[in-house]
Amino acid sequence: MSAIRTKPHEIVERALELSTADGCVVIADEESSANLRWAGNALTTNGVTRGRTLTVIATVDGKEGTASGVVSRSAVTVADLEPLVRAAEAAARGAGPAEDAQPLVTGTPASPDFTDAPAETSSAVFANFAPALGEAFARARAGGRELYGFAHHELVSTYVGTSTGLRLRHDQPNGTLELNAKSPDRTRSAWTGRATRDFKDVDPTALDAELAVRLGWAERKVELPAGRYETLLPPTAVADLLIYQMWSAAARDAVEGRTVFSKPGGGTRIGERLSELPLTLRSDPNAPGLECAPFVIAHSSGDDASVFDNGLPVGATEWISGGELARLTSTRHSAALTGLPLSPTFGNLILDAGGEKSLEEMVAASGHDGPCLLLTCLWYIREVDPATLLLTGLTRDGVYLVENGQVTGEVNNFRFNESPVDLLSRASEAGRTEKTLPREWGDWFTRAAMPALRIPDFNMSSVSKGV
Amino acid sequence: MAHSIDAAFTALPLRALADAALARARALGAEHADFRLERIRSASWRLRDAKPSGGSDTTDLGYAVRVVHGGSWGFASGVDLTMDGAARVASQAVAMAKLSAQVIKAAGSDERVELADEPVHAEKTWISAYDVNPFEVPDADKAALLADWSSRLLAAEGVAHVDASLLAVHENKFYADTSGTTTTQQRVRVHPQLTAVAVDSTTGEFDSMRTIAPPTGRGWEYLTGTGWDWDAELERIPDFLAEKMRAPSVEAGRYDLVVDPSNLWLTIHESIGHATELDRALGYEAAYAGTSFATFDQLGKLKYGSSIMNVTGDRTAEHGLATIGYDDEGVEAQSWDLVKDGTLTGYQTDRRIAKLTGLGRSNGCAYADSPAHVPVQRMANVSLRPDPGGLSTEDLIGGVERGIYVVGDRSWSIDMQRYNFQFTGQRFFRIENGRLAGQLRDVAYQATTTEFWGSMEKVGGPQTYVLGGAFNCGKAQPGQVASVSHGCPSALFRDVNILNTTQEAGR
Repeated sequence: MSAIRTKPHEIVERALELSTADGCVVIADEESSANLRWAGNALTTNGVTRGRTLTVIATVDGKEGTASGVVSRSAVTVADLEPLVRAAEAAARGAGPAEDAQPLVTGTPASPDFTDAPAETSSAVFANFAPALGEAFARARAGGRELYGFAHHELVSTYVGTSTGLRLRHDQPNGTLELNAKSPDRTRSAWTGRATRDFKDVDPTALDAELAVRLGWAERKVELPAGRYETLLPPTAVADLLIYQMWSAAARDAVEGRTVFSKPGGGTRIGERLSELPLTLRSDPNAPGLECAPFVIAHSSGDDASVFDNGLPVGATEWISGGELARLTSTRHSAALTGLPLSPTFGNLILDAGGEKSLEEMVAASGHDGPCLLLTCLWYIREVDPATLLLTGLTRDGVYLVENGQVTGEVNNFRFNESPVDLLSRASEAGRTEKTLPREWGDWFTRAAMPALRIPDFNMSSVSKGV
Repeated sequence: MAHSIDAAFTALPLRALADAALARARALGAEHADFRLERIRSASWRLRDAKPSGGSDTTDLGYAVRVVHGGSWGFASGVDLTMDGAARVASQAVAMAKLSAQVIKAAGSDERVELADEPVHAEKTWISAYDVNPFEVPDADKAALLADWSSRLLAAEGVAHVDASLLAVHENKFYADTSGTTTTQQRVRVHPQLTAVAVDSTTGEFDSMRTIAPPTGRGWEYLTGTGWDWDAELERIPDFLAEKMRAPSVEAGRYDLVVDPSNLWLTIHESIGHATELDRALGYEAAYAGTSFATFDQLGKLKYGSSIMNVTGDRTAEHGLATIGYDDEGVEAQSWDLVKDGTLTGYQTDRRIAKLTGLGRSNGCAYADSPAHVPVQRMANVSLRPDPGGLSTEDLIGGVERGIYVVGDRSWSIDMQRYNFQFTGQRFFRIENGRLAGQLRDVAYQATTTEFWGSMEKVGGPQTYVLGGAFNCGKAQPGQVASVSHGCPSALFRDVNILNTTQEAGR
């Protein structure tokens, strides 16, 4: 009953052979992962995993349209294939016509490595990192700091085959490191994170040293009330806000009048200037260090994805160009419905305004005409009002006071109420774009490059006592 | 209706795989080992304006081996259902424990993992309370019912769009450990949900109204009249939505609140449920979900809320989403006090945390959401006790001169130590002189946990009690989701801060 010993492309081919539906898409995801977690300078949990998930999408033509059925199973063996394919076909017959039905994609050239074995990660990815982490624990202990955090690496090899002849494969490495340092009395806390493809470019001892500096900044406490403050949002915070904005950027929803990108009286805000800064918000599967799937991989249909689009090429897309809203996300179905260009969702997000200043240089230029706040990151971000895309959430792990170009202490945390769309319109400066790990959405979205943004009047709605 | 464990699950080589894994772990010197094989079937059906718009049906099958070896945890999971495969995964778990030991040694730590004692539960089975397995109902029937419900809403004046969804889960779990405990369990849960959307195309304003029917540990019968009156709720939604579109914007300030169970469950979840997880309070979630203001040194001392506040942790509530027979460490389900007469009196624990803190026995809060994940300390059903002789919701409203009645949950957010929170809802009714006086828009309530619970003046009676909950409580790294229920009555809170969200947006 071995699930792993059969090559994934053979599983895909066999499932397609078994299909008796009008159309069939088979997606094999070969997954491996390794992780380490720690708290108080000691490892707490760890793990390695290995798995396979096979998704069969059957399409059945009928008088009233084409239906789809989607069934996924993990640990699939050759013996499981026929029941799985039949289950997908039965699901299609029971579902009724799918609104997003389109002809299955054709013409995407086959991946040359489609028949190769899947890529795999293991605990070996931490061969150099784990001892360095132990050293970071020892240094932190000696320096009066407690380290908390998580290192995770995964590799997913995805094989997509369709009854229309597509044979595509994509390998997606994904690594994240989150490091949090606290004073032993837990009155001071600092955080940093990195996205990495292979853990060769992260040094936990260097990051611990960075956090030690921040804990030092926090030795002077400054209490500030709620209010609107000039604020420097670091790249991780900008990423968290703009990822949410893109999740709210479905073309169909906008045309139907139910998003922040809807235009009163009908239509969308495409073409409207969102920012006075020359901002470009884009996605590009070939962006260096942020590479992601160059074709659609859709395990189920939803507001911004369609199983019928599997295998559709995904190119570079500008969502905001020169500060103007340029595109909203769409499937082939929603693009046809709305008359807007086809713009599939994406695996990375890059904001660039041509800024060249580092965050440190922006700090040096701040706090000369009054206090300025430097945030570390945002947390527990939730939507309050879809009409304005008002989001609430909290600052976390360090809000620093910048006076006369220097960090002079740590301020209490705040709850904020802000809309990313409004923030783009009010941003007065953007720094240098750099790779960043989104703090809140890092579980789902890790490939981002953002600049720091200066917001003249960030709405700190109330004080949070949390540290 | 009495059910038995799914025969297709028990036909898997559960015992043989466990024996192979546990024997290998023992042979490699593990002090403790546990084996967990799970099959979790999760499906969704979605309709947009009464037309199918996507669905999925996913079955996750695999197993995990967790060991304590040399005083360190080791964990590995696999999907190869052979004895060799299970033994190999056990070896990987031991290797991970050895890797942990190296890091711990490099850090100069002498910390060792030890587990609280638990009686041996041999060959136990447990099945949740449901009548009809939703996976035995034809998909066409599900789509037809959701389409019928959607069509009813779409037919109403002012409803521009309707989104409908049904989530269903059938979970089977086999557990065995080196102490001799062996459990086999089966759970079913469902979550139907409909949202009606109104759009004023002239002004560009839009709003929505969602059903407040909670997710539940029941089967298909929940959609056909057992446990919720869907016809009544669907009939009311268009009028509620139309009224909300016309409603005036709230004046920010301080108001007395009568909070309906459909909203209060989520406030309980965030400000009590997570805050009384002892792993958080001790710092084991510090880098991710956060810690807790309810630190361990405050057990028995912390004034959590007013003296009428009584909160239980409960793994045994019928139809509860976190209800089980045995947790993922072989601990039998229990019910206990978390807050008694307003004072913090308990925590949620797993075996390691219970031992570490000297609490004695774990109260059974270890759970993994998939065979690929390690059990972490997860929330029991955390519920606010009603007042046995308490008032109805109408009578609670009757005691308010100027206030707001809050119904249904919408957005929620709380800080990493569970002090500062902000919630919105589905509908907010103005209360004037003890009577409802129409809806308000743009309302959010914001408070600090102990101040909010300290302002609770009255707890409604059992007639107001509803078991709410969620399918998607997130915690841990790698991230895991768990479903959990929260029962509560309506309750009256005095002098709570109300925000106007339009003003918060700077408009």
